[in-house]
Amino acid sequence: MSVAAHLPALQVALPLIAAPLCSLLRRPGVAWGFATLVSWVVLVIAALLLAQVLSEGTLIYEMGGWAAPWGIIYEVDTINAFMLLIVAAIGAIVTPYARHTVTAEVPAEQHNLFYAAWLLCLTGLLGIAITGDAFNVFVFLEISSLSSYVLIAASNDRRALTAAYQYLVLGTIGATFYLIGVGLIYMMTGTLNISDMAERLPDVANTRPIRAAAGFITVGIALKFALFPLHLWLPNAYTYAPSAVSAFLAATATKVSIYVLLRFEFVVFGVDIGIANFHFSEFLMPLCVLAFLAGSTVAIFQNDVKRLLAYSSVAQIGYMVLGVSFYSLDGMTAGIVHLFNHAMIKSALFMVMGCIMLRVGSVQIKDLHGIGRHMPWTMFAFVLGGLSLIGVPLTVGFISKWYLILGALEEGGYGFAIAAAVLISSLLSVIYIWRVVEVAYFKPSPHGAAEITEAPLGMLIPTWLLIGANIYFGVQTDLTVGVARQAAALLLGIDL
Amino acid sequence: MIHHLIPRVVVKLLIPFVLLFGLYVQFHGDFGPGGGFQAGVIFAAAFILYAMLFGLDHAQRVFPAGVISFFVAAGLILYAGVGFASIVLGGNYLDYDVLAHDPVHGQHRGILWIELGVGITVAAVIVKIFYMFSGRGRD
Repeated sequence: MSVAAHLPALQVALPLIAAPLCSLLRRPGVAWGFATLVSWVVLVIAALLLAQVLSEGTLIYEMGGWAAPWGIIYEVDTINAFMLLIVAAIGAIVTPYARHTVTAEVPAEQHNLFYAAWLLCLTGLLGIAITGDAFNVFVFLEISSLSSYVLIAASNDRRALTAAYQYLVLGTIGATFYLIGVGLIYMMTGTLNISDMAERLPDVANTRPIRAAAGFITVGIALKFALFPLHLWLPNAYTYAPSAVSAFLAATATKVSIYVLLRFEFVVFGVDIGIANFHFSEFLMPLCVLAFLAGSTVAIFQNDVKRLLAYSSVAQIGYMVLGVSFYSLDGMTAGIVHLFNHAMIKSALFMVMGCIMLRVGSVQIKDLHGIGRHMPWTMFAFVLGGLSLIGVPLTVGFISKWYLILGALEEGGYGFAIAAAVLISSLLSVIYIWRVVEVAYFKPSPHGAAEITEAPLGMLIPTWLLIGANIYFGVQTDLTVGVARQAAALLLGIDL
Repeated sequence: MIHHLIPRVVVKLLIPFVLLFGLYVQFHGDFGPGGGFQAGVIFAAAFILYAMLFGLDHAQRVFPAGVISFFVAAGLILYAGVGFASIVLGGNYLDYDVLAHDPVHGQHRGILWIELGVGITVAAVIVKIFYMFSGRGRD
């Protein structure tokens, strides 16, 4: 068999074997170089997989040659090929960026272990997206979570330890709930294969264990992607983690969890049996509206820009799940496309904060006075990223909001109220982005001219690459919206 | 330290048997209860017992911290490497059938290497955790 046939396995196995190899590379620069190389190869594999899926349809890879439903299979369809591309692309951009910030924020003797945990986290996130086995999802969920606790705690800031611990406790509860849910489904259907579950579930759909399983899985996964009011771990974790880790996790970890929710609610519990419909409309939608209104409002009052961005993430997660909860093609498209768009926006903004952290040593708003003059490229990247976050036309943020509001208006009645709430939340985001921009450009700088210089090119280039992508995909939407629409149709069982 | 005399003598006699039992659990894992994880824990327990009675310095002379870090990685590399080997030999990832001349032998060989990888990593990780806790405040 050719290499092409093994791409699904290599997608996960490559970073998996690279992680222990990386831990053996004692020189920090070498460990970083190796991790960067691996992250690029992973991106190439993800791109090839998406191309293969778009031309040939769903790919099945039998691990160890054991056929489904007994063995573990990797099942790549449009939606998880899209997720793989998101995770791999962010990994390939943030890993090269990480070098300077990690040197500044992580003790030198731990760099090899840091990059090993980094690659393991990448492995776990890719694994969750690619696997077709419900228990395997749990295993990868634990791999990615455990390594992200380590990554968050790796920071020099002592507060990162308590943040990581808080995330560990809540993350473990989430993963346990997920496992209980899978256990209950296994009890009723006798299978762990996701497609097989979907086939067998309608026979036992109206039993109490299945309803309990749906509840456990929804709440457990919602805890993982920090849906309001289960978001308490997120602000601290993103604020105190090393800058590169914030940029990486904010763009990938929550997105992959949302993917798991979609897979379960729409594929396993199915569109027909009514569980999904009940969950999203009655339960998740109000929480989403609260998430973006509360998240945006709280973000306005933050003095630490990383924490501000973290609360903005809580709001953005609300948008994503809201789109999905409309249960319509447009709404679902908006939710899925926002997974991709928000990954680019938030990652770019956290990368800007990493640049500022490196040069200023703080990301408190009071320390950013006049920083626009010292670091023009960095701050201009923040302005463009901020515009994209707000949803100004010609940026990806606009594309997401456009489809989201379209989806809301289609609902009629309460849809108008929700569309209005989205607009209010966008106006709130204008306020918190403006607070940073105002201080950076219109306040006199307390620093001497030579004290603070522009961030190194090794960080600016990846940051601007993402900002460029924000603009590019804001104009050219064939790939993002096209794939998202296909994925949405697949989940809803509609033929386009 | 003199009052540790009896435990020390007993433990010195016991350790070879603990290690041997660990190896038994490791390599008999394909046919009976056992396997890499349990074997790794038993194997590591022998080192921890030694370290508790003879001191961390003696234990680290036998099994230095740098070597431990190598073994932590080596087990996983072995595990994932078997997967790559089966791709190179023409099967799917972790398909043991292709590892030997006939599938049954291949399955035996595959699980043996995989479990060895698990055993090495588990033993090394447990000793490493013990070193880190007992070495706290020393340096």
